[in-house]
Amino acid sequence: MTAQTRQPAYVDDVVRAFMVATVFWGIVGFAMGLFIASQLAFPALNLGLEWTSFGRLRPVHTSGVIFAFGGSGLIGASLFIVQRTCRARLFGGWQLGWFIFWGYQLFIVLAATGYVMGVTQGKEYAEPEWYIDLWLTIVWVAYLVCFVGTLMRRQEPHIYVANWFLLGFILTIAMLHLVNNAALPVSFFDWKSYIAYAGVQDAMIEWWYGHNAVGFFLTAGFLGMMYYFIPKAADRPIYSYRLSIVHFWSLIFLYIWAGPHHLHYTALPDWTQTLGMVFSVMLWMPSWGGMINGLMTLSGAWHKLATNAGLRFSVTSLAFYGMSTFEGPVMSVKQVNGLSHYTDWTIGHVHSGAMGWVGFITFGMLYYIVPVLWGKTKVYSEKLIAWHFWIATLGIVFYVCAMWASGIMQGLMWRAFDQNGFLQYSFIETVEAMHPFYLIRMLGGVLYLTGALIMAFNLWKTAFGAQDRAPKVVPLPQPAQ
Amino acid sequence: MRFNHATIEKNVILLLVLALVTVSIGGLVQIVPLFTIETTIERVEGVRPYTPLEQIGRDIYVREGCYLCHSQQIRPFRDEVERYGHYSLAAESMYDHPFQWGSKRNGPDLARVGGKYSNDWHKAHLIHPQDVVPTSIMPSYAFLARRPVRTDDVAAHLKTLRAVGVPYSDEMIAKSQEDLLAQIDPDGDSSGLVGRYPKAVVANFSGTPAGTTPTEMDALIAYLQMLGTLVPFQKTPLENLVQ
Repeated sequence: MTAQTRQPAYVDDVVRAFMVATVFWGIVGFAMGLFIASQLAFPALNLGLEWTSFGRLRPVHTSGVIFAFGGSGLIGASLFIVQRTCRARLFGGWQLGWFIFWGYQLFIVLAATGYVMGVTQGKEYAEPEWYIDLWLTIVWVAYLVCFVGTLMRRQEPHIYVANWFLLGFILTIAMLHLVNNAALPVSFFDWKSYIAYAGVQDAMIEWWYGHNAVGFFLTAGFLGMMYYFIPKAADRPIYSYRLSIVHFWSLIFLYIWAGPHHLHYTALPDWTQTLGMVFSVMLWMPSWGGMINGLMTLSGAWHKLATNAGLRFSVTSLAFYGMSTFEGPVMSVKQVNGLSHYTDWTIGHVHSGAMGWVGFITFGMLYYIVPVLWGKTKVYSEKLIAWHFWIATLGIVFYVCAMWASGIMQGLMWRAFDQNGFLQYSFIETVEAMHPFYLIRMLGGVLYLTGALIMAFNLWKTAFGAQDRAPKVVPLPQPAQ
Repeated sequence: MRFNHATIEKNVILLLVLALVTVSIGGLVQIVPLFTIETTIERVEGVRPYTPLEQIGRDIYVREGCYLCHSQQIRPFRDEVERYGHYSLAAESMYDHPFQWGSKRNGPDLARVGGKYSNDWHKAHLIHPQDVVPTSIMPSYAFLARRPVRTDDVAAHLKTLRAVGVPYSDEMIAKSQEDLLAQIDPDGDSSGLVGRYPKAVVANFSGTPAGTTPTEMDALIAYLQMLGTLVPFQKTPLENLVQ
């Protein structure tokens, strides 16, 4: 095996497989997003079939980008990071590594095929039914054991900061998954189950889960990625060790409280809503603390942005992270939420975070990791990375601006009264008014997907093209602080 | 002794335990009291478990992902109350496993859609929404009319719901198949059904002949037609809603 001759200590085959899966699921997830976005502009695209209706395909998109694309990238990167920052071979070796890989891919396929056939729990971002949840629990425990086991056999005295975030992510997701999905199947041979909670309690638990899927899967996990790959790509140490400590503990403490901002003005008790709002506003501080820690790491290395297009993705992702973690607290304020909730503004907010932060930090990671994993000196084409960067950025701008405009407009139309004190618009008039913005959003989606296809081509040529292999290098130990 | 973060950085188990404690606090504070504070769900007259047909309809609503475009939670704003009706009360979803409050309105809120449109309107709308709302962006659900519901496992569904807290009586479970058929038969004797489930609407929801198995269309329309209709708001002075 080439892997063994190159880096005998590390289990990298599994990481490579995860990277291939990341690119594959990314394209599937983005394409699915584009398709369902098009359905909202042109309902004929629902095709009149039960399997292709918006309601069935929307979870395919959300799970596809969050758990399949994001999850594969995150788990793969974490296995890469933990081995290198601990200077230790993966606990459980290739056997446990491959179990995690195939187990997780099976989870994705079971979930997605289930959605299309109508197998769903009906809780957003927690749609997989009980048997899929049980399977994921097994895979996740294996992942936790593998990660913690590798930390325990580390050759470095300190656990590097990236691993704190990754450990926080793995632990918290386990907790959220187990509590939120508690359900009783109708029978052992029936896919259908009923969630253990009802109504208001179910709502609170769901958004405690849902918001922290954002907080721990899409934020803490990817911050772990940020804390490794930005210093590596920029070849600079993390800006502030002290800020890392404050960032980590304040972020994980505060995030978990923010869920109720999804339930403003609902039947959830006011005290819970207010707590959720207050903590969401406080969350702004650790979020920006982390952004500053990442950005300032480039002090003295900003010139590298001109030549390293992959790093450009990582740095821009922090800008989007800063933007959406500012927008989030604003939207969590009840008065603002009264306008934004139920509208496209929320969709725009999510996508500036998902496409800008999660997507871009992952692309940056991929452009760094693929040459390393496949033993190449550099990515096939820097020029294509630059094209990807600008096309994707433009796509996000189209997407987010369209959703801001349509969301705020729809919110205002819903609450508009005419001079006689009647509602000014019927609901369907507000739907009609969204059409042009949905077209702009489609354009944004086309651009973002095009960028991802360019990346796939570029990375394929990098990994499997005829480029000379890099001379054998001994991996450098990563200092812990 | 001066605190040094390096202690935590050098001990995996300590880091793991401290992180777990840190992330547990918020959830414990926000979730546990919702189960213990009685005023979380204020007592309201009229709320009852779903009839077998309504519950099957609700399961179809969940299966098709209707909640991804339709909320079921009216906020206490002037425009929402005028457009949809009285703001939603916690008690109104106390038997909802799972809750279906939703988070996005690509279509209108459905918390009180019950009784606003005729059964015929719903049928036409579900078969081809653009026939009744020309600029609608809703998909067609014509296939529901062609598919009979499963009647053999309805008791198992109610039993499972009882196990998670819905107060279905032994009688309700024993008569579940009977009630299922009775709800689409307006000419038959539905006193048993209505006795067990007050305000249950008995109707020929989508034209399925009485005595035959209801279709998924019947079940979904039965569910839609009861949404938000249980609490008699006109009769209830506000102070009665406060415990």
